[in-house]
Amino acid sequence: MPKLHVTTSVNGEPVEFLCEPYETMLDALRGQLGLTGSKEGCASGDCGACSITLDGRLVCSCLMLAAEAEGHEIRTIEGMARGEKLHPLQQKFLEHAALQCGICTSGMLVASEALLARNSNPTEEEVRF
Amino acid sequence: MNVVNNKWIGQRTIRPDGVDKVTGRAAFAADTTMPGMIWGKVLRSPHPHARIKSINTAKAERLPGVKAVVTSRDVVDFTIEKGAVMLGIQDMRWMCRNVMARDKALFPGHPVAAVAATTEAIAAEACKLIEVDYEVLPWAIEIDDALKPDAPILHEFNKFDGKPSNIMGRIESKKGDIAQGFKDAEIVIERSFTTRPVHQGYIEPHACLISVAADGKTTIWSSSQGQFMVRAMTSMLTGIPQSDIRAIPAEIGGGFGGKTIVYLEPLATLLAKKSGRPVKMVMTREEVMRATGPTSGSKSTVKIGARKDGTIVAAHGSFYLQAGAFPGSPIRGAVGCSFAPYDIPHVLSEGFDVCSNRSKVAAYRAPGAPIGAYAVECVLDELAEALKIDPLALRLKNAAKEGTKAAHGPVFPRIGYIETLQAAQNHPHYAAPLGKLQGRGVASGFWFNAGGESSAQVNITEDGNVVVTTGHPDIGGSRAGIANICAELLGIDYKRISVIIGDTQTVGFSNLTGGSRVLFASSMVVTQAADKVITTLRERAAKIWEIDPEAVKWENGAAHPVSPNAGQFEPLTLADLAEKAPSQGGPIGASVQLNTQGAEGGFGTHICDVEVDVDLGIVRVIRYTAVQDVGRAVHPSYVEGQLQGGVAQGIGWALNEEYIYNKDGKVDNPGFLDYRMPVCSDLPMLDCALVEVPNPKHPQGVKGVGEVPLVPVMAAVANAVHNALGKRFYSLPMSPPKVSEVLDAPAQQAAE
Repeated sequence: MPKLHVTTSVNGEPVEFLCEPYETMLDALRGQLGLTGSKEGCASGDCGACSITLDGRLVCSCLMLAAEAEGHEIRTIEGMARGEKLHPLQQKFLEHAALQCGICTSGMLVASEALLARNSNPTEEEVRF
Repeated sequence: MNVVNNKWIGQRTIRPDGVDKVTGRAAFAADTTMPGMIWGKVLRSPHPHARIKSINTAKAERLPGVKAVVTSRDVVDFTIEKGAVMLGIQDMRWMCRNVMARDKALFPGHPVAAVAATTEAIAAEACKLIEVDYEVLPWAIEIDDALKPDAPILHEFNKFDGKPSNIMGRIESKKGDIAQGFKDAEIVIERSFTTRPVHQGYIEPHACLISVAADGKTTIWSSSQGQFMVRAMTSMLTGIPQSDIRAIPAEIGGGFGGKTIVYLEPLATLLAKKSGRPVKMVMTREEVMRATGPTSGSKSTVKIGARKDGTIVAAHGSFYLQAGAFPGSPIRGAVGCSFAPYDIPHVLSEGFDVCSNRSKVAAYRAPGAPIGAYAVECVLDELAEALKIDPLALRLKNAAKEGTKAAHGPVFPRIGYIETLQAAQNHPHYAAPLGKLQGRGVASGFWFNAGGESSAQVNITEDGNVVVTTGHPDIGGSRAGIANICAELLGIDYKRISVIIGDTQTVGFSNLTGGSRVLFASSMVVTQAADKVITTLRERAAKIWEIDPEAVKWENGAAHPVSPNAGQFEPLTLADLAEKAPSQGGPIGASVQLNTQGAEGGFGTHICDVEVDVDLGIVRVIRYTAVQDVGRAVHPSYVEGQLQGGVAQGIGWALNEEYIYNKDGKVDNPGFLDYRMPVCSDLPMLDCALVEVPNPKHPQGVKGVGEVPLVPVMAAVANAVHNALGKRFYSLPMSPPKVSEVLDAPAQQAAE
């Protein structure tokens, strides 16, 4: 089967790529798009280290096919800071030492931003779940 | 020198590697690529125990895109007969057979061949074309099965008590005479416990990228707890000399002990050498779960005798730990740590190393100690209950202190165990009211902590800033700790110090990131190197001022005359002296290499509250406080992070985590969906209380802190469950089916 041609937007920039029909969005991001900030921890949607947003909705990129990006807007950790200026969440993660090894930090930040976008004042329980 | 009136030590500075990690820029091993790179995949045994009669790789080699295939024939053999070849605590005879099965496959997931091809898909396809002729053998997975008289023997050469056996070794720690001790006892409690193997659960699967040039010069990027360990093991298993292997430490996405050995690096090196192409290998989560780690499952019996006033007079522990396919379970930790918090006149602590058909265990955070502490601290809880003594008071009455001789050998120097008990007693948590179906448990724990080899360089840049290079992968904020200490010593802003982890060919030998040793050992070498740099800076200023170096002091990042009598000179800052360096004797820097000594053991005491959902059998931890003697909290946030991380892992071990085996002897839950580690929604806030009793043998008072926090957890949770339900559990995990079973059982047989 020939590769699929995908036209999409990643972090606000127009992107085109070719992918295998079975290729995940995570593989496309980490592979040919060179965006390795999203990590593969489990490939089963359990750990969240690969979290991205698709049209503003939080998804595990390991569970999404790359071809599904066609016509949609993808955002990843690489799009969070504005140039040299960190997003307030990134700054607070640093100040509160909210990372140890850092492997899932990208996913936590992307998920935190997505949570705050739909609920600007979440309870502790809403954060944990 | 002991640093007082600290400006930087104890500050919650922003970690040097932080920005890279919140922006996704940090390079972990799986993030690296090289031009011409191809992909390696491992073919693994489907059988728990099988003799490998032949391997035919011809069809795989003919598949277009396949560039190299390797089997055990390509791996350097360390024969059994020639005896042990040790690298640290690892015997290379087992390591060579663990990275690639030789005559027998000993667990499902055991590598039997590896392929490199132009794509991952082709490499995986090629693995399927390799023909392995197995003679399937009977297998044993659980300890009880491996110890049966007619059990299948994994290593036929091994004898225990004169008979072929899966018991690969026994060790003991002994003090006094337990027979006498138990005679002196007025109450004796003896109980048996089991724990399940649990995985370290690092979120980053093992990964490496390796390039071998035509002249044998090899470059390794990999995620590990020690680039020097990677270099040494790869060298020994491939025959390439260490001087030709540059092992570059990638950022590491968690290890917890599980990355103190190699799995992929020797195979990728052999594939790269054969193919002439850089080879990348990344494990899937399923491979991680089937073929790496975990820590041992166990079977323990602990007997403790005491006087009616609570004085413990005798203790006997026997700990059987699963080693997995090859010898080397952490019996030393179970044997040595379990009774160490207590001053007991008569102790016998024995450990048995048991092989069975599951993956070879790897270190896991205070290896062996949590297993032993679970048994001992649960028995102590029963003892306190029987004697109607508060459980913390019972521990306090028997607590080890300065001068106590531990059964495993050392006489303790000034330690802070008593302080952790007192802090726990005085903590508001200990007096807080409990609700219905809620319970509270306490437990303590000890870990040896390690010193050992470390190297560091401190170099002053031409513009008067500082680069510190150490040799330990930073697994939990050690760069931040080093930067704090170096800023303190040099009297300059923390931000002017850059801390780098050097590769094997640019910094001196540094042993593993393990044993809670990194900040202890590396700050010792960094302190000595910084002191040398300060000496040089004082000499340079003295030369410029034409006075005696003894008349120059280093303060607030500049050289000053010690007093007006020494002369009236404007201070010379680090930047001034760096600028003048070329004309005043050249570059300023120092390197120090040491085999560090004086890493004293660490103690912690934990308080845990649980609530039991009796309808569903779910135990929830609703409040948790970890008290620990941390020596000196150089960066309190990352000390707290260690405590919280250890507790979270212990709660998983206590309540949920276990491998489920199917009837074919294979793990049935090799993923995070069914192997249930605790996540945010399973945990409350984990509170920390840091007790700081400085280590008298360290310049900043540092003690290792990373492993102690896992040691008391399972016992604290188990004791809390007992307090909530009035029923005791003697096997982990206390998972919903098990809790329901005990709750539903008729009252008399409960929890037996």
